[in-house]
Amino acid sequence: MTISIDSQDPNTNSLQPKGWLRYFSFSLDHKVIGIQYLVCGFLFYLIGGTLASAIRIELASPMSDFMPRDVYNQVLTLHGTIMIFLWIVPVVNGAFGNYLIPFYVGARDMAFPRLNAVAFWLIPPSGLMLVASYFVEGAAQAGWTAYPPLSITTPQSGQIIWIMSVLLLGGSSIFGGINFIATIIKLRRPGLKLMQLPMYCWAMLGTSLLVVLSTPVLAGTLILLSFDIVAHTGFFNPVLGGNVVVYQHLFWFYSHPAVYIMVLPAFGLVSEILPVHSRKPLFGYTTMVFSIMGIVVLGLVVWAHHMFTSGTPPWMRLFFTIATAFIAVPTGIKFFNWVATLWGGKISINSAMLFSCGFIINFVFGGITGVALAQVPFDIHVHDTYFVVAHFHYIVYGGTVFIIFSSIYHWFPKVTGKLMSEKLGILHFAITFIGFNLCFAPQHWLGLNGMPRRVAEYDPQFQFVNQISSVGALLMAISTIPFLVNIFLSIKNGKDSGDNPWNALTPEWLTSSPPPVENWEGEAPLVEEPYGYGKPINQEN
Amino acid sequence: MLNKNFYLILIISAVFGISFWIGFNVNLLPVEASINAPIYDELFKILFIIGLIIFIGMTIAVIYSLFKFRKRKDQFGDGIALEGNLSLEIVWTIIPSIIVLIIGLYSYNIYDRMGGMKELNHSHEMMTTNTEKIWAGISQASNNEVASNNLSVEVSAMQFAFLFNYPKGEFISGELHVPVDHKVSMKMESKDVIHAFWVPEFRIKQDIIPGQPTILNFTPTKVGKYPIICAELCGPYHGGMRASIIVEKESDYKDWFNKNTKTEVSL
Repeated sequence: MTISIDSQDPNTNSLQPKGWLRYFSFSLDHKVIGIQYLVCGFLFYLIGGTLASAIRIELASPMSDFMPRDVYNQVLTLHGTIMIFLWIVPVVNGAFGNYLIPFYVGARDMAFPRLNAVAFWLIPPSGLMLVASYFVEGAAQAGWTAYPPLSITTPQSGQIIWIMSVLLLGGSSIFGGINFIATIIKLRRPGLKLMQLPMYCWAMLGTSLLVVLSTPVLAGTLILLSFDIVAHTGFFNPVLGGNVVVYQHLFWFYSHPAVYIMVLPAFGLVSEILPVHSRKPLFGYTTMVFSIMGIVVLGLVVWAHHMFTSGTPPWMRLFFTIATAFIAVPTGIKFFNWVATLWGGKISINSAMLFSCGFIINFVFGGITGVALAQVPFDIHVHDTYFVVAHFHYIVYGGTVFIIFSSIYHWFPKVTGKLMSEKLGILHFAITFIGFNLCFAPQHWLGLNGMPRRVAEYDPQFQFVNQISSVGALLMAISTIPFLVNIFLSIKNGKDSGDNPWNALTPEWLTSSPPPVENWEGEAPLVEEPYGYGKPINQEN
Repeated sequence: MLNKNFYLILIISAVFGISFWIGFNVNLLPVEASINAPIYDELFKILFIIGLIIFIGMTIAVIYSLFKFRKRKDQFGDGIALEGNLSLEIVWTIIPSIIVLIIGLYSYNIYDRMGGMKELNHSHEMMTTNTEKIWAGISQASNNEVASNNLSVEVSAMQFAFLFNYPKGEFISGELHVPVDHKVSMKMESKDVIHAFWVPEFRIKQDIIPGQPTILNFTPTKVGKYPIICAELCGPYHGGMRASIIVEKESDYKDWFNKNTKTEVSL
């Protein structure tokens, strides 16, 4: 339906299905694709969450008694892979990116609508393939990092399906990245300058650069790994003269930037949400833009901090320590700026705001342990322990997933024209925040005191703390219930929100809610000040 | 205005006070049982205190803003149209940069004191073959007078066990026995997949990588039995891949060694 970009009456030349059916079609509408990404990602989040619950049940007792040991390794491998490649990356990039970016640049759709639909439709089959690999010969069981030689010596079918699936998902990610770069650079409405774009565009520009630069490296690495598995080549197989550390370098060259692929879009989203609900301009727009780009550049040169115990030479350890620790500077700027955005505002305390503030608190904690982990001597003790597990869950769950929920509360009226229940939303926040911290804060202590990660059994002295963690995980599982109830109730009986319930100034709110097929009835509005709150001309009354 | 500043200073000193108190009084780490451990704990304490100051400070700032600047029922309109403050932004770019730089240099110093920056290749007699490249883990120089009496052990890691070969005694043990206050030099090799050698009480860890023999040195300082843990996912029984290191008095160690040795060599 985006065949003719300039069409004034887009509904007439549409050949696409209408109603709920369009969400199951090869739709070219960026808004439909965004929702497809979100719902698909959420379904995989439920699967990944179920696997996480299985892990926490196993770890509630020190013995390996809940499931067979090899199944446990499959569960933790699938949990990591699903949460990263099928939930967080597709949702913060694909879902919100597709829905919001064309609005933000004043376009009627993405630059390449067909590529966009292909990018989405790669995800369900590869995800299903990954999950189904369990029923073949057992799923992959070498962890989401798939380090050889373990990944070469474990049952092959699961590992090969895992590689195929990650390759397809990586391809989807690259298609999306190219599309975002092209849309942001080339499809901007005439008169709209780069430095007037909402911050999420900058975040997506930076993220997409990382995707396009680093994902092909992962793809190449996994192809070589699959050669080692099926064709018995010796790239990474030490028996045939291969080098396993080379794999680690190549893998982390993608997988460290992948962390920024997961958190930078969240930084962008929170920069949209905070100004609206605190009725204040985003503090320090220019420094925010430069810190995003700083994180992109630094993010590409820090990968070896995942390998401080792998026999890397001393000078290399030193370089990666300093480079990693310096990421704290641009990241810190962003956090100070967000708090300054809150300062002196007129803050509506609602679900979106609470999840965003929960994000700030959790992420600051995860960032602090991150700076500590960057220090080689510190890392050598806690590497591959529960300290690291706790750290990255503070970043990706306490950080990004909190922002995904915040964004759903914020943009739900945009998509449906209905308001969500604030009571259920605040209940959802409270259970998630308490459950999350109960689950992961104690794991720092476990790691420091001698519990390695990826184990099904552990020293009985750690049982009590592990049980606290499992109770937290139970609360996190329960927290999904008020959220789902809220979604379904609000879609059915939610109060009418009107076009712009938050009185926001960013362009997506300057059309009807839900928006028409090509976004605007007439021409896209020129929004020069997306954060112009508090100016007399924009005062709400 | 004086009043406002007074409260600000009060809060900042309270944050610092609480952080220092927690940093010095809450111990999150296991027993210190090697020369590395107290050095590590010194770094940990500093990072812990700095981290607490930042975390408590930021949390207070967020919660205070939510409370103080919340929109009251009778309020309308926007907050102040404040788009930034260059000098403030410069301050919170420069101060974190300085903190990060100091932490980096300090941790470099710690790492150096742990022996991490030393080239290992001249200190170990087993490893100077020209054909294979030996990789280095942490190497801590011993402050003991009898350091020339380095204990050499060859470690083999396999799914799912560690074996310790004492070349001087020509025997293999499933437990690692070492005399207290002696430098131990281990050459570690893996028979199959990647494993890792970790003793939490020693604060050392080193991956054991197939095809890449690695040296790890340490000096235990406290008599006792400590776990050796594999920290790298190595297969279904990864969680069960553990061994013990027994640090004992030199005489006890000699007794154990003589009991096991096949050749009559004294230490």
